Amino acid sequence: MIRNLLLGFSVLALADTAEADWALNMPKGVTELSLETYNLHMMVFWWCVAIGVAVFTVMIISLFRHRKSKGAQAATFSHSTTAEVIWTTIPVVILVLMAVPTAETMVRMEDSRNPDMTIVVTAHQWKWHYKYQDSNIEYYSSLARSSVEARRKGTDIDPYSVENYLLDVDNPVVVPSGAKIRLLFTSNDVIHAWWVKDLSIKKDAIPGIVNEAWFKTEQVGTYRGQCAELCGKDHGYMPIVVEVVEPEAYQAWVNSHDAGH
Amino acid sequence: MPEKNAHRSLVGQLLILTVAMFGFGFLLVPLYDVFCEITGFGGRTNPEAAVVAEAPDLTREVRIEFVTTVNSYAQFEFAANADSMTVSPGKMYYATFTAKNLAGEHKIAQAVPSVAPSGAAEHFTKIECFCFTSQEFAASEERAMPLQFIVNPELPDYIDTITLQYTFFDTAPVAAVLEN
Amino acid sequence: MTRGIKKMTTEVMDAHDMHDDHSPAKGIKRWLFSTSHKDIGTMYLVLSLIMFFVGGAMAMIIRSELAIPGLQFVHPEFFNQMTTMHALIMVFGAVMPAFVGLANWMIPLMIGAPDMALPRMNNWSFWILPVAFGLLASTLFMPGGAPAGGWTMYPPLVLQTGDAFPFLIFSVHLLGLSSIMGAINIIVTVINMRAPDMSLLKMPMFVWTWLITAYLLIAVMPVFAGAVTMLLTDQFFGTSFFLAAGGGDPVMFQHIFWFFGHPEVYIMILPAFGVVSEIIPTFSRKPLFGHDSMVYAASCIAFLSFIVWAHHMFTVGMPLTSQLFFMFATMLIAVPTGVKIFNWVATMWRGSMTFETPMLFSLAFVFLFTIGGFSGLMLAIAPADIQYQDTYFVVAHFHYTLVPGSVFAIMAGTYYWLPKWTGHMYNETLGKVHFWTSTFFVNLTFFPMHFLGLAGMPRRIPDYSTQFADFNTMASVGAIGFGVSQLLFVWVLLTSKKGTKVTAEVWDKPPGLEWTVPSPAPYHTFETPPKLSDADGFH
Repeated sequence: MIRNLLLGFSVLALADTAEADWALNMPKGVTELSLETYNLHMMVFWWCVAIGVAVFTVMIISLFRHRKSKGAQAATFSHSTTAEVIWTTIPVVILVLMAVPTAETMVRMEDSRNPDMTIVVTAHQWKWHYKYQDSNIEYYSSLARSSVEARRKGTDIDPYSVENYLLDVDNPVVVPSGAKIRLLFTSNDVIHAWWVKDLSIKKDAIPGIVNEAWFKTEQVGTYRGQCAELCGKDHGYMPIVVEVVEPEAYQAWVNSHDAGH
Repeated sequence: MPEKNAHRSLVGQLLILTVAMFGFGFLLVPLYDVFCEITGFGGRTNPEAAVVAEAPDLTREVRIEFVTTVNSYAQFEFAANADSMTVSPGKMYYATFTAKNLAGEHKIAQAVPSVAPSGAAEHFTKIECFCFTSQEFAASEERAMPLQFIVNPELPDYIDTITLQYTFFDTAPVAAVLEN
Repeated sequence: MTRGIKKMTTEVMDAHDMHDDHSPAKGIKRWLFSTSHKDIGTMYLVLSLIMFFVGGAMAMIIRSELAIPGLQFVHPEFFNQMTTMHALIMVFGAVMPAFVGLANWMIPLMIGAPDMALPRMNNWSFWILPVAFGLLASTLFMPGGAPAGGWTMYPPLVLQTGDAFPFLIFSVHLLGLSSIMGAINIIVTVINMRAPDMSLLKMPMFVWTWLITAYLLIAVMPVFAGAVTMLLTDQFFGTSFFLAAGGGDPVMFQHIFWFFGHPEVYIMILPAFGVVSEIIPTFSRKPLFGHDSMVYAASCIAFLSFIVWAHHMFTVGMPLTSQLFFMFATMLIAVPTGVKIFNWVATMWRGSMTFETPMLFSLAFVFLFTIGGFSGLMLAIAPADIQYQDTYFVVAHFHYTLVPGSVFAIMAGTYYWLPKWTGHMYNETLGKVHFWTSTFFVNLTFFPMHFLGLAGMPRRIPDYSTQFADFNTMASVGAIGFGVSQLLFVWVLLTSKKGTKVTAEVWDKPPGLEWTVPSPAPYHTFETPPKLSDADGFH
């Protein structure tokens, strides 16, 4: 019993460090939809594993058993209608099983009703501009100074010495927890994409077009992302930071912003 | 020599197919416009005036938000006079925008409309809009620009807020600017 | 009948053409003015190999820069030029010409035709390519550098390209022209010049997949040409097809591009299916399982490829109904693709297998392409795709389908038919070493990319956050190992004539007409159309 417990802990500890340094999988994220997306991802993944195991097992058995060096005599069959009907039908059934929950999630993703606040995100080469609707808060958000210096070619600064290298900004987006935040995306020049994986949002910012996405999370924290559509030479240097704070802290932030301007 | 003829006719057919597909590439442009207007793809709204056929649905309220973006290469001020308004589907409404030419010279501007969410675009109809044509501004001219619109009562239930964005472009320098 | 074809070809060509002679012309003239499907096939394959190394060198630059965090070797501008050029060169210079080369060499031999139907056009369609790549490569030395907006050429970004822009467009036009001419040639050859008793459904799979591919090429290359022409006029002639300011729509380019682009990915994989479908039966000593269903599956894939394009665009903001349509259509592709894989496994089942280099590459193809297929299925699921889009997960996916997919199939085909071309057996030991190192390193390169993408690394970035360092280092080591392994491939090819002489059959009773002509295949083959017999695998 104690041994099992110890074993369990060591596995957990291993898994923990593994997660910290060797992120292998999509994060579950911090919104309901990011969790749903993660679950869909895992569902398809396990289907693929199952199909893969089945197909590869048959193939590997064949590779070992039906080799000439083992004296295997070649059969002469070249078709079997039954087999072909089976392996056409089964995939169709599996696909339907996958499609149904996926479609349900997609419908929920489109449901942007009753937002508590709206932020207009305008992409520029190579920074983001945020404007809080119904308020006078608006500002640019660019790569943090510490990374700006460390990213230069031939610099002496070790990227490992910079905290959140290339993933930190000067002015993060600040939003209250528990509120439904609607984001509107557009661009001033070329196409960009606003991506924060923990919020499960990736949306193109396109000149002349407005796009919409939303998120709602109870989890206070800092969530980082990057531009995900090639937008020129500094495409790799326009990160996104979203800080989700308690509503009171958010109000304080708004007040300080009003005072500062 | 039947083979020669066979080659010729087949090559001829394939060339016709090639040319047709090249043409189809260009045909996709108007087709895409039609497709967008039918489905609201790309936030595209109907560019043409529509007739009001249905009775207004006064039980339902939809919030219309106006977002204005001035392309950084356009020397203009441009904003909606009200940031948002609440409307009932099937009823006609007016909104006014104000634009000001900040340059000391004559300019031609174009407002490009876009609607979010994309499912709302096909149900948002502009009856009169300054975005239908490009707008000429004298040096430092400021003027009000009207919009007349109607929200189709068939707007899906899952939409309660429609964002109408206008991006204001100076039509002249785009090509020049993009080269920089 | 043969006289007719021969008369026709001589008439089309100049009077002094070498085709009527019984030996090829000497020196450079043989190649410059060649109308022989075998010589042109060889030239396509050699060009493809050179381009494979040029594109590969660019990949080495990319992977070197990405080996550790921080910017060590190149500036971001140049990095973007490398990713863009790497893609263009690998797609249009390495993979597509290699398959056209194999088609040139093998289709006439497989259907019992004396040559391609339009030999003069064949010469043209080849020689356009070096010109196109010369134009494209010259952009590296222009002010503003080579194109850096990605091979997908999305406006408005692509319009920021410097002096290279018109050269990019013209080289794409030329590449398209070459592909279309090649495709027309293949279709006419296959439709009109088959051995008299070879009905369509008796055609070997490689011929079938190429016939379908050729139709795809004719259907989509002109659309692509149209799209880039619109880019050109937007840039220089004041149109605004894609410029929002003038009432255009940048997203429309993506629709038109992917209307071409998705069939294009099947253009690069269908002939690979064909090659593998030739090789697995030979080394399993058993006929291909479900030949006809393979044909239907390939046709089905080709048809579906036209109605799934917008799955590349789930983040542009499409209405729900469109998203659902493109998702379901994309998922459907898994069915015919599955049929193909199951058929290959069924071909092996209860066979009598041996594992020569071509078979090894084909088996790795089936394994690793299936993995690429799985990630493809995952990518079809729209909400998940939105998270995968433009990350290394996508990079891993398409490299799995293109490198251990298309490229392995090309190598398998090369090893399989090389003795037929040279008359000598290549060095089997070195071939196997080449196979095992390639397979090891290809996985070391591309497998970790799945994790990088899921963990949040976007594609097309020259530098990254330190959390992505380990897997990137792994991928870079793998890439360099893979690159070095290919030098071995070149060595095997260069020394192939030193091997033992082979018989006409080369392998153990392989099916197909190509094994009825002597090895090396003489300059002129099938001047009288062959009779099909059971012994050649035709039942």
